[in-house]
Amino acid sequence: MTGPLNDVRVLDLTQHVAGPYATKLFADFGADVIKIERPGGDPSRRLGPYQGGTPHPEKSGTFFYFNTNKRSVVLDLKTDGGREAFWRLFDRADLVVESFRPGVLERLGVGWEAMHARRAEVPLVSISNFGQESPYRDYRGSDLVLYAFAGEMYSTGLLEREPVKMYGTAALVQSGSAAATAMMGALMAGRYQGAGQHVDFSIADSHLVGVDRRHATVMGHQFSGRKTLRSPGAAVGMLNGVFPCKDGWVDLQGGGPRFVRAREFLGHPEWMEDEKWDDPAIQMNADAIEEFNAWFYLWLSERTKREIWEAARKVRFLCGPLFTIDEVFADPNFRARGFWTLAQHEAMGEVELPGRPFLMSETPWELRRPAPLLGEHTAEVLAEAGYGADDIAALAAAGAAEARS
Amino acid sequence: MTALPLDGVRILDLSGVWAGTFSTVLLADLGAEVLKQENQFVWQPNTRAVPGPRIPAAMTRSGPGWITGFPNGDPGERPWNYHPMFVSLYRNKRSFTLDIRRPEGKAMLGRLAAISDAVLENSAVGTMEKLGITWEWLREQREDIIFLRAPGYGLTGEYREARTMGAHLEGTMGHQILRGYAGGDPNTNSGIFAADYIAAAQIALALMMAIWHRNNTGRGQFIEMAQAENAAAMFAQAYLNYSLNGEVERAIGNRSIYAADGEAPCGVYPCRPAGDGGAETGDDRWIAITVTGDREWEALRGVMGDPDWARAPELATGEGRAARQDLLDERLAAWTVGFADMDLFARLQAAGVAAAPVLDSSRVLDNPHAQARGLYVPRELVREDIGVYRYPRPLYEFPDSQGGIRLPPVAFGQDNEYVYRELLGVGDEEYQRLTDEGHIATAFSDTL
Repeated sequence: MTGPLNDVRVLDLTQHVAGPYATKLFADFGADVIKIERPGGDPSRRLGPYQGGTPHPEKSGTFFYFNTNKRSVVLDLKTDGGREAFWRLFDRADLVVESFRPGVLERLGVGWEAMHARRAEVPLVSISNFGQESPYRDYRGSDLVLYAFAGEMYSTGLLEREPVKMYGTAALVQSGSAAATAMMGALMAGRYQGAGQHVDFSIADSHLVGVDRRHATVMGHQFSGRKTLRSPGAAVGMLNGVFPCKDGWVDLQGGGPRFVRAREFLGHPEWMEDEKWDDPAIQMNADAIEEFNAWFYLWLSERTKREIWEAARKVRFLCGPLFTIDEVFADPNFRARGFWTLAQHEAMGEVELPGRPFLMSETPWELRRPAPLLGEHTAEVLAEAGYGADDIAALAAAGAAEARS
Repeated sequence: MTALPLDGVRILDLSGVWAGTFSTVLLADLGAEVLKQENQFVWQPNTRAVPGPRIPAAMTRSGPGWITGFPNGDPGERPWNYHPMFVSLYRNKRSFTLDIRRPEGKAMLGRLAAISDAVLENSAVGTMEKLGITWEWLREQREDIIFLRAPGYGLTGEYREARTMGAHLEGTMGHQILRGYAGGDPNTNSGIFAADYIAAAQIALALMMAIWHRNNTGRGQFIEMAQAENAAAMFAQAYLNYSLNGEVERAIGNRSIYAADGEAPCGVYPCRPAGDGGAETGDDRWIAITVTGDREWEALRGVMGDPDWARAPELATGEGRAARQDLLDERLAAWTVGFADMDLFARLQAAGVAAAPVLDSSRVLDNPHAQARGLYVPRELVREDIGVYRYPRPLYEFPDSQGGIRLPPVAFGQDNEYVYRELLGVGDEEYQRLTDEGHIATAFSDTL
């Protein structure tokens, strides 16, 4: 069994997180993704977490996760030999993806116009911070900076404190997911219409008009003139919010129309026998909220997040226990479903990582190989493109390519 | 001009809430004909409006703009056609109504499935089972059909029937512990929809991959996405840190998880507020700065006028800065507070430092980048006379194809004529009967 894209070859000139995540999705579903790395490698090889904590280019958890199933070829595109090798790989590719700063590809002599002149059916997706054309096109970005500018960060957190971001590189991963749809669209246009198009994917744009709540707050402000300010998820009213419990926290939504099942959820406590709790308006009554919460917080303090979630599932309340990462790893449900997968890696040994993002009945996700070592496939891929062993050695001697020995 | 990539593809959309609704906008933007099935007798929460189909005008006069802010201060009789939270998720789609809970409605749905390439849904497990809309039934309608289901926790396992929104399943997968203020309790976090959006993009991706495979082989397939599992990629480094090192990460605010690799300082710092206002009026101003390495640190020092404190040799290395982030944050905040955010943005970027203002919802439309990219396009809605507003365009464009907002956000039941008459060949008499029986409608039932 192989993935749905097993007839697709991608030349991957992306680096860091957003682009590599997009091309990982292709590689994980069967595409032959040839990752062209500069000498020294994708800079994300120098981002943690490292196995054992000490920096090592083959032990980066970031690189390891975002580059599964790809093959690594090291080419120096600033050399004639490196560029020639790029074109010979291009001649065998269905799609090119890059995430250089705008203009760099042209300066290297392998820009869109040259590609399009050589093979008009091959699409190019360019992933960048602010797009190929923008007053900010040369501006630098990071997960924080792009989310601050383009995402709905302003309204996240406490009013009296600074706006606060999501975890790590979550905003870039969201954009990478959206970029994968652009790649798939470009691939289809190339294959079915013979029309390679250059898609300008801007990470900022993907947040400004798409990913998460940004477009909603912009529409809300246009409609009403009211801004969306920071407000936290702390408990407001009855059974709605993030609550402390015996061993941590739960996020619960059991108020509003669901409140009619509150007695069942709480196990029919004596203090709820009063008929006043049947009146929907009671949920708006400040004194009643106080009375309810005095009992409810006591109830919470005697129960674990798993127990509370189980009770919530029985009465169909929206709920999530706030698991810590070790708890996610230990959770038997995710293990039983096959969420985790094991990779054998030459430098790191056996490593467990999250596996398939979704299940396809005919063309399943498959870990064919772990993230590549730097230049692991230079010789193999160049040989497929017609280079002999001597040619490859000459390229290496000229510094145009690096093959792992 | 060439056709959009999904031109000729028809998607039968039984999905709701954010993940499903956003996924089909992506497909519609790419040229697919998305037929959104709705039902005047069923109110899907968080799909077309909150809290329900009838919204008292008094409710719309206060509260956050994105939840209660209606055009002209008036929720009108059909608020579901332009609720600010959802209106942007309906461009380029078609909407028809059908009560699929009744046998006749289900039979009609079968006729549509027979002429559709793919069907998707993301209801809680049990909903489709109750309706008898199964993979087997759909294959009886069309042998090579693609069916995608995206419940919160998948179709198997002890959590399969758990009710959840994106925010709750992010909690389960660790995000609510991983994000937020350092040392802060998770109830200081705001509810966000990050998990919905990553799932949405990958629902669209999965369907396109399945179409690709179907075109190659003639075979359809069944796709299952557990949205909780799909969210994992957003927290990959934390998972790997535990897997590789047994480290259990916690929230670190706006600092970089790569501080030890040279990304420090990294934070959000105060700028001069607009006028006399503050956070209560949305007039607070902030700048986000990430120093990505030693060269960028030197550039930042230059913009600051190279003050004495910044010249300390221990700050010259990433390791040194990572160990002194409290000091750096304090010094930077004292410096940034004297600047207007847009001014500091330009100065820092000119020097090569990654920085940007934290824009609130009122400052997006007129931003030079948003303007230059044409991100929000003035349009009128077809069915609702609310005036011209600027609606978001697709996330990306295909330059040789006619993309953009081809159809403005679709009203409830707007394409009933098209779907029943043109696609299904329903005649006048039957159309009238379907209307009388309540299948065909352009408003939610008064009984809701």
